[in-house]
Amino acid sequence: MSATTGVFTPKPGAAPLPRMIRAQALLETKMLLRNGEQLLLTVVIPTLLLVLFSAVDIVDTGKGKSVDFLAPGILALAVMSTAFTGQAIATGFERRYGVLKRLGASPLPRWALMTAKTCSVLVTEVLQIVLLTVVAFALGWSPHGNPVWVVLLLVLGTAAFSGLGLLMAGTLKAEATLAAANLVFLLLLVGGGVIVPLEKFPGAVQSVLQLLPISALSDGLRDVLQHGAGLPLADLGILAVWTVLGLGAAAKFFRWE
Amino acid sequence: MRSTSPGDAPRTHGREPAVEVTGLVKRYGPKTAVNGLDLTVARGGITAVLGPNGAGKTTTVETCEGYRRADAGTVRVLGLDPVADAAALRPRIGVMLQSGGVYAGARAEEMLRHTASLHAHPVDVDLLIERLGLDSCGRTSYRRLSGGQQQRLALAMAVVGRPELVFLDEPTAGLDPQARHATWDLVRELRADGVSVVLTTHFMDEAEQLADDVAIIDGGRVIAQGSPETLCKGGAENTLRFTGRPGLDLASLLKALPPHCAAVELTSGAYRVTGTIDPQLLATVTSWCAQNGVMPDRIAVERHTLEDVFLELTGKELRA
Repeated sequence: MSATTGVFTPKPGAAPLPRMIRAQALLETKMLLRNGEQLLLTVVIPTLLLVLFSAVDIVDTGKGKSVDFLAPGILALAVMSTAFTGQAIATGFERRYGVLKRLGASPLPRWALMTAKTCSVLVTEVLQIVLLTVVAFALGWSPHGNPVWVVLLLVLGTAAFSGLGLLMAGTLKAEATLAAANLVFLLLLVGGGVIVPLEKFPGAVQSVLQLLPISALSDGLRDVLQHGAGLPLADLGILAVWTVLGLGAAAKFFRWE
Repeated sequence: MRSTSPGDAPRTHGREPAVEVTGLVKRYGPKTAVNGLDLTVARGGITAVLGPNGAGKTTTVETCEGYRRADAGTVRVLGLDPVADAAALRPRIGVMLQSGGVYAGARAEEMLRHTASLHAHPVDVDLLIERLGLDSCGRTSYRRLSGGQQQRLALAMAVVGRPELVFLDEPTAGLDPQARHATWDLVRELRADGVSVVLTTHFMDEAEQLADDVAIIDGGRVIAQGSPETLCKGGAENTLRFTGRPGLDLASLLKALPPHCAAVELTSGAYRVTGTIDPQLLATVTSWCAQNGVMPDRIAVERHTLEDVFLELTGKELRA
């Protein structure tokens, strides 16, 4: 028989919600930044593409400096890499390794877990955008337009890609998510107006590609940042539809185990 | 002892059982995992849930933890419905899954501190780390920890929130003897501090060593429940074993023994006598051996163990 030491004398209770969410968001961000493959996807690839395609005339990006065309596309790519690809892969493996299951038995409510994940995605995106903006300025970027529209596009793009990423992570096996998320990343990188202008594609293909979330995001960012356009309603509308579809389907089909 | 300050969340004290399961049915497609299971777990003790693979142990425990919805029957944990009252129940229970539950890239201490930060009055993390020998894990990420270290981290995560009730699913699977004893000591200390413990296990000695109450599950039902002593006494007879020359004439031995005794040659030269083994019976067997010129090597009287009871109740054949 052990004597009582009082160390484990029951005194249950959940921590205050803001503390739980902050702790969870911090941990999720640390896990992401510690993961080499994730960093490759979210930091190295976008930066390399920006530098390479600005410096070397590989793709005809139309009139003006190529960095002015590329920077908005690369910002869209950064959002996709974190909110969609990175989040899908990380969440898929968290599901596979029972992390989501175990957290489900903790005092942290599920909505708070999702809030923390969103915070972690946003923090990562801010870091990406700061880095890419500095690099773009170094390459001679001269952006225009209203920053409010830019933020609106980035936020709605994040929501749309998060919904699609979570849908994938919550329904497919972790390995399938890993493969599919990378494949989709690659396809959308090429066919979503990130570094290759959509005008290069045949008309019929173009009108389909324009409806992709990555095309709407890169096109909207380009309209504002390169051409100083006003509120990009059409692109925001496309992103809003993807957001509703993606988050709606994720909420319905996501499996925690 | 620590005092509970008046500002803490209200707690229901010991009135209702820790766990009360009535007529639980759980199916996965065409397969019935739990089939009308009844189980009551009293507060403040250690209850071991024993059963062969596929008996329904994990399903039962996971239904109590709120992971599964019962197809029929009722489940109450600390008086609450694990699904409907999940938000109120979760802070009060501690859960150790059979495996996983930790970010692949997280370090042991980091994960334990994080789990502690989700609770209002956690146990001192440094103390837990030292007690469970997790200080040697250093900066190693979870995926590179040994199986035993992963198990101990999961145990620490289950108790760090100072819960009233903990569910431990096979807490010592894959542990070396030292780690196993460290785990047992911790579980005993939980009981001494007033925590109720429900653990599933394959190890009979673990149940015998730790449990105040044992529930044996088979085919999705509880087929026996009681203290280890009661279970071992109930209906069970003792055993006398010895080895000698193969092919002894057991019929003549049986004539010398009192009625209701049985004697068999288990394998060549290994004999077993079952019945009420008292000094008189022992003398009868040895004198019969003397008459037959047999040296009864390795003669031993065996108390009925929990393992015997378990095998008797659940059958000896291997299950898929």
